[in-house]
Amino acid sequence: MRTDDLIKALDADVRSTAMPLGSAWWIGAGAATLIAAVVFWLAIGPRTDIATAMYTTRFVAKFVFTTALAVSAFALIRALSTPGAATSRAATWMIAAPLLVAVAVGLELLSVPAADWGRRLVGSNMLICLTFIPLIGIGPLAVFLAVLRYGAPTRPVLAGAVAGLLAGGLAATFYAAHCFDDSPLFVATWYTIAIAILAALGALGGRLFVRW
Amino acid sequence: MTGKDEAELSRLMRAAIAGDERAYADFLRRTAALVRGFIRRKIVQGGVDPEDVVQETLLAIHVKRHTWRQDLPVLPWVYAIARFKLIDAFRRRGRRIEIEIDEIAETFAEPEAETVSGRDINRALDGLPPAQRSVVSSVSVEGRSIGETAAKFGISETAVRVSLHRGLAAIAKRFGAKQFKRE
Repeated sequence: MRTDDLIKALDADVRSTAMPLGSAWWIGAGAATLIAAVVFWLAIGPRTDIATAMYTTRFVAKFVFTTALAVSAFALIRALSTPGAATSRAATWMIAAPLLVAVAVGLELLSVPAADWGRRLVGSNMLICLTFIPLIGIGPLAVFLAVLRYGAPTRPVLAGAVAGLLAGGLAATFYAAHCFDDSPLFVATWYTIAIAILAALGALGGRLFVRW
Repeated sequence: MTGKDEAELSRLMRAAIAGDERAYADFLRRTAALVRGFIRRKIVQGGVDPEDVVQETLLAIHVKRHTWRQDLPVLPWVYAIARFKLIDAFRRRGRRIEIEIDEIAETFAEPEAETVSGRDINRALDGLPPAQRSVVSSVSVEGRSIGETAAKFGISETAVRVSLHRGLAAIAKRFGAKQFKRE
């Protein structure tokens, strides 16, 4: 088939339309949030003292970290799924969440006696954290990988990993409402590992499923 | 020259997305010529036929045109797809190459005419279900319109459009598949 012949066929198909990728990302984000919310409520639900916890800095700070991660990952994945789009600014914003956590860890180390560091880091919930963040995030990750497939990421493995970070940020936002361990030492350790698991799964999914 | 290309191609693509067939044909022909120039200069050793990559790129542009944001320039989008398809073509053929990510080279890509030889796309076409294959062949190689194709096969124009769309999507997917190799 000559290229001119191919062009005739593509041209005849001009009226087949698809939803713009930008809209698909917002629908995907909505669906992923819904899935995460349902799994969260069915599996664990919020902690019983949430009404009072809401007034403590450490509890609220967890949502700042996880939301920062989710928002920055969402911006980056939208750029990564569009060929030729500039990604460097969105990539730079990805340091926001780790930076906030690092600052919080520093403040925690200053305000808590060294004897307490170990107890706060280990916490009481680490296995639950390592189980439920990936469990809440796996459905959203599948949604994000599906949107990536609909898009056109020129770096599928990287885009898949960012999909995992996005799913992780979303899942951790829900999980934070359940978890009693509010110390930044705990968050910096166990949330990070749990989210890294999702990022690794996402990279693998990007490699295996995101072809175009 | 490049600035004019950009403005003109963006305008044509916007019209195409709104359903303008003539604008789309114009866009595709001009894009094919630019992409051909780009690919030919990137392929220095043999093993990959530039025209195969041009066709893969055009198909990808077609099935992924919803990923172009209309407020952004269209040429960086086109070249990003072309570069991705070029790297993919080498990878699929088991070759490792270094492609310089050279933005300046792109801006000097000159339009080039195609050369004819055996095509990957023919193998992908042969792999389609018979109904899709005959519709795609009729509209492309045999040069019939949608209406003429519908009359030839005694089916509705809608059925022709559906078969054409599915056939093209399937060909594009085959190009993207890892296991698709030349003999």
